[in-house]
Amino acid sequence: MTTLLKSLGQMFGRGNRKQETQFFSPARPRSAGPAIEIAPNDPLIAHLQGAGGVVEIERLNLDSPALERMRRVGVKLVVPLVSQGELVGLLNLGPRLSEQDYSADDRALLNNLAAQATPAVRVAQLVRQQQVEAQERERVEQEMQVARLIQQTLLPQQLPEMPGWRLAVRYQPARAVGGDFYDFYKRPDGRLVLAVGDVTDKGVPAALVMATTRSVLRGCARRMLSPGEALVRANELLYPEIPANMFITCLYANLDPVSGRLEFANAGHDLPYLSHRGAVDELVATGMPLGLMPGMRYEEKEITLLPGDSVLLYSDGLVEAHNTEREMFGFPRLHQLVNEHCTGGCSTLIDSLLADLAKFAGPDWEQEDDITLMTLERETATDPSQAEQKQMRSETRTLADFALPSVMGNECEAMTQVVAAVKELDLPDSKIQRLRTAVSEATMNAIEHGNRKQPELPVHIHVLVSDTALTVRITDRGGGRSIPEPEIPDLEAKLAGRQSPRGWGLFLIEHMVDEMHVIADEGHHTVELVLHLQGDAHADPGD
Amino acid sequence: MPTQAIETRMRHAPSLPEIPIIDLPSEINAQAEEALNAAFAGASRDKPKAILLDFGSVEYINSTGIALIVSLLAQARQEGIRMLACSLTDHYVEVFRLTRLADFLRIFPDEVSALAAIPALE
Repeated sequence: MTTLLKSLGQMFGRGNRKQETQFFSPARPRSAGPAIEIAPNDPLIAHLQGAGGVVEIERLNLDSPALERMRRVGVKLVVPLVSQGELVGLLNLGPRLSEQDYSADDRALLNNLAAQATPAVRVAQLVRQQQVEAQERERVEQEMQVARLIQQTLLPQQLPEMPGWRLAVRYQPARAVGGDFYDFYKRPDGRLVLAVGDVTDKGVPAALVMATTRSVLRGCARRMLSPGEALVRANELLYPEIPANMFITCLYANLDPVSGRLEFANAGHDLPYLSHRGAVDELVATGMPLGLMPGMRYEEKEITLLPGDSVLLYSDGLVEAHNTEREMFGFPRLHQLVNEHCTGGCSTLIDSLLADLAKFAGPDWEQEDDITLMTLERETATDPSQAEQKQMRSETRTLADFALPSVMGNECEAMTQVVAAVKELDLPDSKIQRLRTAVSEATMNAIEHGNRKQPELPVHIHVLVSDTALTVRITDRGGGRSIPEPEIPDLEAKLAGRQSPRGWGLFLIEHMVDEMHVIADEGHHTVELVLHLQGDAHADPGD
Repeated sequence: MPTQAIETRMRHAPSLPEIPIIDLPSEINAQAEEALNAAFAGASRDKPKAILLDFGSVEYINSTGIALIVSLLAQARQEGIRMLACSLTDHYVEVFRLTRLADFLRIFPDEVSALAAIPALE
């Protein structure tokens, strides 16, 4: 009602205060009068709505602020414009210019005018309202497209492949894009990081917070933090960065595909379900959502997934979906359905759950929130020899694991021990020589820069092999310090004395191995050297 | 690791007695610095046309060793002395190419081929 009255006021030139003050001036008889705003609860509205024709202001006796304003500005007659029982506008008239009272003919004329003007005013109001609504819809749609683009760009395009495991994800965005996200990250140690989360709010703000959260969590995954540590760090980084009314729920897990060990921590996210030998259990770990308050700690739990076990991770879009009776899908229903569908494997769980949801919600259902479903299933070893082969292929074996005091010169000892450890691999000499140089340089850096030549601080060296790679991890206690990026030394500048002759260490390491990763947390700093065992990147004719 | 004495010998080839040859130690690292500098000082005293570094006994060069060789090269350039290297293992030939030391230090497979190339040096 107020909107319509305002619209009418605008149509009659409302908003120009100069005009308003001159409305009833005899010198400017054709000026439009000031718009009279009438509050929705003003008794004048009910009176005018039922008046049935011209109303004489002087004769009204109502406790109405609008009526008072009309009197003040000199309104004598009011002609209500009523369309289908609703007051859509008023024609306000001041005293006649002839200074005589309005006659019965005048009133009849005004009533006729009102009868003809009302439909036109109503149509004009509806057209205007539609224009405003169309503009708003377009704006919202554009915003949704931006949000959808941000979200779809950042969600993984491919699922990681892990022998012996089946991973499936379905992300079904709501029209008003929510803040769901999921991510995977394969760590250099062969573990897989899985994350599922949900940002409060919708649209662009949620998408932007989702993008930030994803980056922060990826950073934690790269640092190879445990799930609890990852959420602590993410919370500390996100808390000052996101708006006060927003937060993020997140389930973060590290999976060791060889042993089946799944470590997880939960920042207020819906509890995953574990299906194990016909029983379904919630995986409980407590923790507050990310970004709500600083200094949070996150409980860390772990389970071992055996062949045939599976885990469902999901967002609240599924359990909080409502049907036409406003009944919620709910956790008990989900629990029961997981139980029903996971008998003999969960490969069709996602499709089955979405089909159940469609049945529950009905054909006219409009999805209220994003729905994310992720299943992780350890395959049953139907063919033991095949399963064993797969296991062998993906297995990572430790060849050596030792520590040395941080004394200059021990880099040679590290080199000797690593070379002895990899002897059984029968690597070509060129590869052994590169490994020697890389191990020696990385150990020297660990002793000199990481542990600052403090003999009591050990340099830890871990040598692992899989069927595809040889990995040497060299860890010192220099975490938390900045790590210099390897740069190409400028030999001309060194020879001309413009640059120190030193500074070859990282350059050499990087060129001696196929991959070099630097991982650091608050306490440790690890350089990981990887030599591919198939398709030698440094192959030379002598190999 | 205990510090060990690093031996770096300087000699002259009978066929080209004016050319000093430095026999490098088995490990070129921080411990080799003093001996290497002393050998170079001795070799460069008479402003020879060239100095040959013999890597025949070298088993290990680390980044500090590379830096030492860069320092020697820089001194030699200042004094107008050409530097040659011989008898490097394949691995260190690769390292010298990667570091571009090979652009400033001509590498020969052995002492004989290195000495044979010296008369043609400008």
